[in-house]
Amino acid sequence: MKFAGTDSYVATEDLKLAVNAAVTLQRPLLVKGEPGTGKTMLAEEVAHAFNAKLITWHIKSTTKAQQGLYEYDAVSRLRDSQLNSERVHDVRNYINKGKLWEAFEAEERVILLIDEIDKADIEFPNDLLQELDKMEFYVYETDETIKAKHRPIIIITSNNEKELPDAFLRRCFFHYIAFPERETLQQIVDVHYPGISQALVSQALEVFFGIRQAPGLKKKPSTSELVDWLKLLMADGISAEILRERDANKVIAPLLGALVKNEQDVMLLERLAFMGRQGHR
Amino acid sequence: MSAWPLWVGRVTAKGIAMLLNLFGELRAARVPVSLRELLDLLAALEQNIVFADMDEFYYLARAILVKDERHYDKFDRAFAAYFEGLENLNEHIEALIPEEWLRQEFLRSLSAEEREQIKTLGGLDKLIETFKQRLEEQQKRHSGGSKWIGTGGTSPFGSGGYNPEGIRVGDAGERQGRAVKVWDKREFKDLDDQVELGTRNIKMALRRLRQFARTGAADELDLPSTIKQTARDGGLLNIQMRPERRNTVKLLVLFDIGGSMDAHIQVCEELFSACKAEFKHLEYYYFHNYVYESLWKNNARRYQESTPTHEVLNTYGQDYKVIFVGDAAMAPYEVTHIGGSVEHWNKEAGYVWMQRFLDKFDKLVWLNPYPKQHWQYTQSTQIIRQQLENQMYPMTLEGIEQAMRYLAT
Repeated sequence: MKFAGTDSYVATEDLKLAVNAAVTLQRPLLVKGEPGTGKTMLAEEVAHAFNAKLITWHIKSTTKAQQGLYEYDAVSRLRDSQLNSERVHDVRNYINKGKLWEAFEAEERVILLIDEIDKADIEFPNDLLQELDKMEFYVYETDETIKAKHRPIIIITSNNEKELPDAFLRRCFFHYIAFPERETLQQIVDVHYPGISQALVSQALEVFFGIRQAPGLKKKPSTSELVDWLKLLMADGISAEILRERDANKVIAPLLGALVKNEQDVMLLERLAFMGRQGHR
Repeated sequence: MSAWPLWVGRVTAKGIAMLLNLFGELRAARVPVSLRELLDLLAALEQNIVFADMDEFYYLARAILVKDERHYDKFDRAFAAYFEGLENLNEHIEALIPEEWLRQEFLRSLSAEEREQIKTLGGLDKLIETFKQRLEEQQKRHSGGSKWIGTGGTSPFGSGGYNPEGIRVGDAGERQGRAVKVWDKREFKDLDDQVELGTRNIKMALRRLRQFARTGAADELDLPSTIKQTARDGGLLNIQMRPERRNTVKLLVLFDIGGSMDAHIQVCEELFSACKAEFKHLEYYYFHNYVYESLWKNNARRYQESTPTHEVLNTYGQDYKVIFVGDAAMAPYEVTHIGGSVEHWNKEAGYVWMQRFLDKFDKLVWLNPYPKQHWQYTQSTQIIRQQLENQMYPMTLEGIEQAMRYLAT
């Protein structure tokens, strides 16, 4: 079975190959790329394509590797012991399963998304080496080993905030989602809004690439921003003509807030637009 | 590795030798690849993930061998070098796909209809014979056309083709013809860490300097271990305390300002201030060309508001990490001679002042925005480097990383 993109997700040739290699050789796939280029979406779509359940583990700065395996809830047990509850005698009652455990004990192959692994502590990936390699871990409290019934397809995303350790990288396959070219963007838009007017799209792309090229932007708008912006444009009934007209006058694009998320960037664009207008006269 | 016997009989010895060539090119191009990745690639080829398509082989090799987008460009160049080195592409494909495997794969993937079609072409043996013959004729990668094996053509061979009588090799699917080899496009040039820095990159590199430590008095309640200890003690309250966690790094940054340095300085300055929150202490001063008896904080008011260097040396403790940022390109006497400064009469030579910095602070580096290979042509750069015992780093991502690593230890 091969991943070939879905009707709601445009996958480039190299991305498909990376996914298929990772699936076939049962290795985790590490995906990096600019924010908004569809890293998290990939996992959802792979799940959709393989018709498998998606288990998502969102990583935060405080997440510990152990939490993905299981947590021993000592506080509940303490309280139960003081209430003389029957439950207290079995330690299993206080073991809360983590996402990895959930993925390992699933009855069929699942997709496990470890989202934004770089948010966690620098040691986090190292703590998962064995678990990802062997797909098993040991529970000290109950003295049992949890082994994956079906090796899950693991997709890991990173925003490059921290460098990942070599030992971890060596266990993964890697794909970097480059910012899509114009044709690919066009396809992506078509997939999202099948009935959209082509004139609007091409005019919007014009403006979009113009903004991306503005020097010194703190955060360049990416695919997800473009998709949101188009949705707004359509909702407000702004036509290609209006966009073009605005563009010619170099007045700042309508509904810009969907594309640029930072007030310094908005000011920068306004300044550029102002200078552009001066140049026109 | 236990997987070894599984594939060793399948990809031919010649194929392995060719992969080793690629591996060698990659090592030579300083792409960090290890044996493990090579074995993975072989395993992937065994699994029939790609079939007789050079672009796909390239993508596959990249996904498996490269683990960071910084190395994509190096990989592309190494791949191009490897590709040039091949006498022809077919040798490569053929070496990777042994004949019997090819035949087996063909038979398995064929439908009854297709088997019929093969007969019209003169049987499978004939087909493979033609396939090989064309591989021999074909000297380059090919796309489109009606005869050669490749992608998007109408020949009976290749993938994405349109010949209804033909045999599809490998994966189906609509694809555009690619005139330029993917690796020759070098789309990832910007991500190479040997090239100039971008804003974000410096920030990333500076993060290396973060050192968290719990030092000082234990005045913070450690809730998790209190609970843990209390639970372990069977409900007897057992309070645990710990010191607060702080970033302990203190930085003193000195920028060369004026002349050729201005363009570079602005970038660094913004960045260092952007990172200010990261560090417990970050102090900066300016100097011109080299350090003498005074430094200043506000370049516009440098003559009114300068700070004696002695004061700076006495204010900051020896645990401050010192970073000089400058091009280190000047007349040699600006470093070595009394009165050598281009701006004023200095009573003591620049190197005396630098030595005071070296004596006072444990860790000191110099970041130089000029490319490293040019340093040897400037005498002053050589002198300064010598005085700093080689702790001069280029302002590339790699250089900053190395510098930070040195500072962090």
